Amino acid sequence: MHETMVAENLIAVITNEAAKRNVKPIGAKISCGKLYAINDEALRFAFEAIAKGTPCEGLKLEIEHKPIRARCKKCNETFEADISNPKCPKCKGNDFELLPDAPLLLEEIEF
Amino acid sequence: MRKVNVGKKILSANEKYALKNMQLLASHKILCLNMISSPGSGKTTILTRTINELRDKIKIGVIEGDIQTDIDAKRIEATKAPVIQINTDGACHLSAAQVNSALEHLPVDNLDLIFIENVGNLVCPSALELGEAGKIVVLSVAEGDDKPAKYPAIFAKSKVLLINKIDFLKAVAKDDFNVERVNTDARKLNKAIEIFPVSAKTGDGFANWRDWLIKSVKKSRV
Repeated sequence: MHETMVAENLIAVITNEAAKRNVKPIGAKISCGKLYAINDEALRFAFEAIAKGTPCEGLKLEIEHKPIRARCKKCNETFEADISNPKCPKCKGNDFELLPDAPLLLEEIEF
Repeated sequence: MRKVNVGKKILSANEKYALKNMQLLASHKILCLNMISSPGSGKTTILTRTINELRDKIKIGVIEGDIQTDIDAKRIEATKAPVIQINTDGACHLSAAQVNSALEHLPVDNLDLIFIENVGNLVCPSALELGEAGKIVVLSVAEGDDKPAKYPAIFAKSKVLLINKIDFLKAVAKDDFNVERVNTDARKLNKAIEIFPVSAKTGDGFANWRDWLIKSVKKSRV
């Protein structure tokens, strides 16, 4: 349900960025790390509901989920961590540190 | 149809407040811990016991987050620790701005440690930074041992996992709650996580948790 909060913030950011460029937004691409646990359906639903009556009404949303990345402490390899069974693909070790999750980012606006 | 690259953080409004909170806490050398769990895992009971057991060693303040009521704040108040209740009116998580205004009402000049008890929810609160130094995730025996596998984000992000209600272990079958399975699954994504099995009701296991807190408070004082 934190998707409602994300949708509110997203609408504010898109509205602001579009106004700065003096354009009417019709689409937007966002990206986020997997640890944000964003459910696309919930986000679209919240976005649509909150966007009514704002410049974002009817806007098409594209959502990209960035994989979790990790660095192996044994061989220093950086790799995409499979959340259910993370393992270093190079040395098969399981001692690693998770790299910071990709931020929730408004990548581009279409107008 | 045209496209323009933006590259703007969507949660920057929250991040601004999280940074403010972090700076305020650092300037007072206060350790701040954000406690996250499902509803009913025993967060408030953990806090009341922790406050009572560390009364002579650490000055603790609490920010209580709940959708409604001040039931939890009253329980903290009974320990005489300063407490601020935030009601989110339906929101499933606390925001850094809410924590910022709560901090204004806590006696920060006279505290070593602030616990933020987040709204009971294992998913949403983990998405918002509040300016804390670390997250504490609580999992109680009654919830089942599959939670680190099912809700990996909060276990990946936390410094400490408190397995609470271990006094229930004798009442459940080993395959209903296997402590080893919890340890293994939590460490899969977070090798460094400290795991303390405790019972906030009986006080079992609290010595290790207390020691960790004392050590961590000392670190944030330097």
